[in-house]
Amino acid sequence: MSDIPENLHYTEEHEYVKPVDDATVTVGITDYAQGELGDVVYVDLPEVGSKFAPMDVFGTIEAVKAVSELFSPVAGEVVEINQAIEGDPGIVNRDPYGEGWMIKLQLEGANALSSLMSPADYAQHIGE
Amino acid sequence: MTDNNATTLSADHFAWRHLGPRPGDIDSMLGTLGYDSLDALVDAAVPEEIRLERPLDLPAGVSELEVLRALRTIADKNEVYRSYIGMGYADTVVPPVIQRNVLENPGWYTAYTPYQAEISQGRLEALLNYQTMVADLTGFDIANASLLDEGTAAAEAMAMCLAISRSKEPPVFLVDAGCHPQTAAVVETRAEARGIEVRVGEPDEFSYGPGVIGVLLQYPASDGQVRDYRQVIERAQEAGALVTVAADLLSLALLTPPAELGADMAVGNTQRFGVPLGYGGPHAAYFATKDAHRRHVPGRIIGVTQDSKGRPALRMAVQTREQHIRREKATSNICTAQVLLAVMAGMYAVYHGPDGIKRIAERVHRYTAALAEALRGLGYELVHEAFFDTLAVAMDETKAAKVHAAARKRRINLRELAADRVGLTLDEATTLDELATLVEVFALGKKTQASVEDLAAHVASAIPAGLERTSPILAHQCFNRYHSETEMMRYLKRLENRDLALNSAMIPLGSCTMKLNAAVEMAAVSWPEFNGLHPFVPREQAAGYTDLFGQLEQWLAEITGFAAISLQPNAGAQGEFAGLMVIRAYHRARGEQHRDVCLIPKSAHGTNPASAVMAGMKVVVVKTDEQGNVEMDDLRRQADAHRDKLAALMITYPSTHGVFESTIREICGIVHESGGQVYMDGANMNALVGISRPADIGADVLHLNLHKTFCIPHGGGGPGMGPIGVAEHLVPHLPDHPVVPLDVPQSCGTISAAPFGSPSILPISWAYIALMGAAGLTEATKVAILNANYVARRLKGQFELLYAGRDGLIAHECILDTRPFKQSAGIDVSDIATRLMDYGFHAPTVSFPVPGTLMVEPTESESKEELDRFVDAMAAIRGEIRDVEEGRADPEDNVLHNAPHTLEDVAADEWNHPYPRELAAFPSSQTREHKVWPAVGRADAAYGDRNLVCTCPPIEEYEPAGAV
Repeated sequence: MSDIPENLHYTEEHEYVKPVDDATVTVGITDYAQGELGDVVYVDLPEVGSKFAPMDVFGTIEAVKAVSELFSPVAGEVVEINQAIEGDPGIVNRDPYGEGWMIKLQLEGANALSSLMSPADYAQHIGE
Repeated sequence: MTDNNATTLSADHFAWRHLGPRPGDIDSMLGTLGYDSLDALVDAAVPEEIRLERPLDLPAGVSELEVLRALRTIADKNEVYRSYIGMGYADTVVPPVIQRNVLENPGWYTAYTPYQAEISQGRLEALLNYQTMVADLTGFDIANASLLDEGTAAAEAMAMCLAISRSKEPPVFLVDAGCHPQTAAVVETRAEARGIEVRVGEPDEFSYGPGVIGVLLQYPASDGQVRDYRQVIERAQEAGALVTVAADLLSLALLTPPAELGADMAVGNTQRFGVPLGYGGPHAAYFATKDAHRRHVPGRIIGVTQDSKGRPALRMAVQTREQHIRREKATSNICTAQVLLAVMAGMYAVYHGPDGIKRIAERVHRYTAALAEALRGLGYELVHEAFFDTLAVAMDETKAAKVHAAARKRRINLRELAADRVGLTLDEATTLDELATLVEVFALGKKTQASVEDLAAHVASAIPAGLERTSPILAHQCFNRYHSETEMMRYLKRLENRDLALNSAMIPLGSCTMKLNAAVEMAAVSWPEFNGLHPFVPREQAAGYTDLFGQLEQWLAEITGFAAISLQPNAGAQGEFAGLMVIRAYHRARGEQHRDVCLIPKSAHGTNPASAVMAGMKVVVVKTDEQGNVEMDDLRRQADAHRDKLAALMITYPSTHGVFESTIREICGIVHESGGQVYMDGANMNALVGISRPADIGADVLHLNLHKTFCIPHGGGGPGMGPIGVAEHLVPHLPDHPVVPLDVPQSCGTISAAPFGSPSILPISWAYIALMGAAGLTEATKVAILNANYVARRLKGQFELLYAGRDGLIAHECILDTRPFKQSAGIDVSDIATRLMDYGFHAPTVSFPVPGTLMVEPTESESKEELDRFVDAMAAIRGEIRDVEEGRADPEDNVLHNAPHTLEDVAADEWNHPYPRELAAFPSSQTREHKVWPAVGRADAAYGDRNLVCTCPPIEEYEPAGAV
């Protein structure tokens, strides 16, 4: 069973959104996703200042034998990226919801999170 | 043979040697399957509607002696002139120690691409040497493990420029007018399909408007000029373009390397590093760049990592760049490369070392400078005063014609640079006597003054100040310790012994067809009449090759049912690209250039979508059903939705799942009705030869992997050959060539640098077909189907078989479902693959076409005894998994998780595992007699990809691990 924290929001593409305050969130991939990918060896992240619409590709993640695109769960502007991943991509495997976060987004528009999946929905989505 | 196995082959037929199972074995295997004849089995396995109802119209098979005599007759029609044509190909002296121990040694040439790293450390090291050599000579940080030829390498560099560029403008690629014409032609063909505009011009006059993604320079230029490109490079980079330098590798021993000139990438041919000319190939092309671009490098890269015990280990790195993972998003479709030739080129550098390579380069240059001096003495004007090994000599047209005639008389080929310019390139093989002959040729009867010997002893360098190389080359220890033949021979043997090749055990790789590469088929590859011809000699000197190509094309056309064959594509993926370009040219010729949608089933080989994108098409994926077959409703829906834009469908037959889809004719019909063409991937042709023909089923184009079905050895990951067959209406669109025109009215362009791909390995396929004849080829297909079904049936109780066709039968390969063991025992497919090494076997194909599974293709060449041995090993491994499932073995510390076990591991004083050493080392009785020991424990791929090192590590890392 993979870890699906209660206080987060999820996408069908296995990203999570963690609210930081009213206007900003961090985005990463779920525990389930890192398990499916295996050892992460590289994450290509966008530049600070990039803007994304919901489900835009914001980067790619590479494991030894898989590569996957990363989708922005919500509309927003990148205000910070997790530089630590470049030096140690393994943190995405070890701590996907904590140290392994990927980008911090300044949200655009209200109720941005309402369209995302709840923990229960996500658990059902991955069949757990 | 007995009557009931329905074969007419006798012991004096070569098929008797090519096929693995003995006649009595065939009977007993048929018995296991419940059929009373091979024909009954094949009738049950292969849908009736696709069957060829007559024997192939091919000559009867001949004996080994006869085939060698026939090849000798063909060879004698080729005239081996001394060629000074240059243009990226120069004669070389193949060190005999490398020829005998690598090129002519099944331990090297029958290996597969080193996906199973632990039993491939030998050629991985050889390739790492090659990469280090290329990185050293070009001055770059990183080099790949070879590309198909210089032309395609330049095109790959252009594709990389496009991938890196962030420009939104229509892309433009600038090409130096001094490039070899075949390189420019290959680049233009590739550019046009991707919507890149190519502008050819003088580098000093390039204009950098918006959208210029890159620049391609030739160094030295095709006509020999050595120029300082520093300012050109600087200007290009200021304008946001990346700069690729196509450089002659030998010249870089003396010239400032591309990286030091400021370039971003370098490409080129490594042929003159001890690889025969071969009338155009096979040769390894190199690709080198800066570390910053490493995630965009095309092709395979060998990298250093560590094994489970922390010892250094090599394996293929950053595979996420490649088509088998990235599919339509890959920047390149390359799969098979030129490993055997890269190994040879790397070993040439190992054998000669830095001083030897420099000495060769200096001699070639000194002789060229001496010749230049002699020509000046004769009153000739040289077009360029700065050169390395190539001269352009100006003269009036009449005189030029006389010089060429005088050369021909002495069986010498010079280059016709222009009507009033004669070109010539010297090489490693040039002697002082030959130099004197060349002077005589140019003297046209005039008395010559100075002796070339004196000139060569005193002549000054023609390399401009500021372009002389000052940085060291080949400093790593591997280039400095194997210079005596004894040491070299043993080094090659040592590496060979680390690898599992077909001379050790079967390699049951699904979709790869690792069949016998018979010694007799290989013989002619080493004959100078086949391997000593320059690709651009006048056609009449290659009359033997013309005969061989003609016959081979005719035979392949009969086997596939097509109207014509093009031998130009150098590998399967290259064939896919060529075939799609032919389809594209066909639609264009009919005014239907808007047709650009390519339907590809989900189960396709990764090269398919990557090739479609290269050919300017948009990939639309068609679903496959639970049986692995194309979902007909989805196909109809997609064909209908894209009716006005449909260009092609790419389909593999039998399917990538190893099943004869009975709906194949209907599939082709649906595509044709919607205006599309059917591209058939011939990777699985080994299940069809003699019993079904792609053209009859409805395909319009097909590529053949001659290195699968037609016995060219895999060489550890190349060479390959991927000729295409096309239906009548596509013949006018086949590939052409700028230097050797092939008379194609509406050609799709130039696919390879050489007009006929890699000719010197074509005698292998020619010999195979001549030896087998129609009956033998058909018998081989039937036995391939028998062997696969026999293995499948015997494994059935142990493993779940994923797909089957009618009567529960498969084609020539089967997929074993190993996914459930993850849940039941914590064992994944790589545990099984590496445990097979302990049993002395190479794993089947891992995770293709279904992730987490194994695909087994035994081929017709494996004996029943070997098949039984493999099945027994798989069954024993199933038992080991059961031990974990049922608690008899430790869930973590077990033989599967710890596989493979090295000799060092099992002989260590310390042994802390709960299972005996014997089970680790000798799990089957046969392994006591012989097995290839894995040279390292499980290679840690993630560690290597996170810490990428792609050149030889400092020597201390190879010291005994002692404290580790």
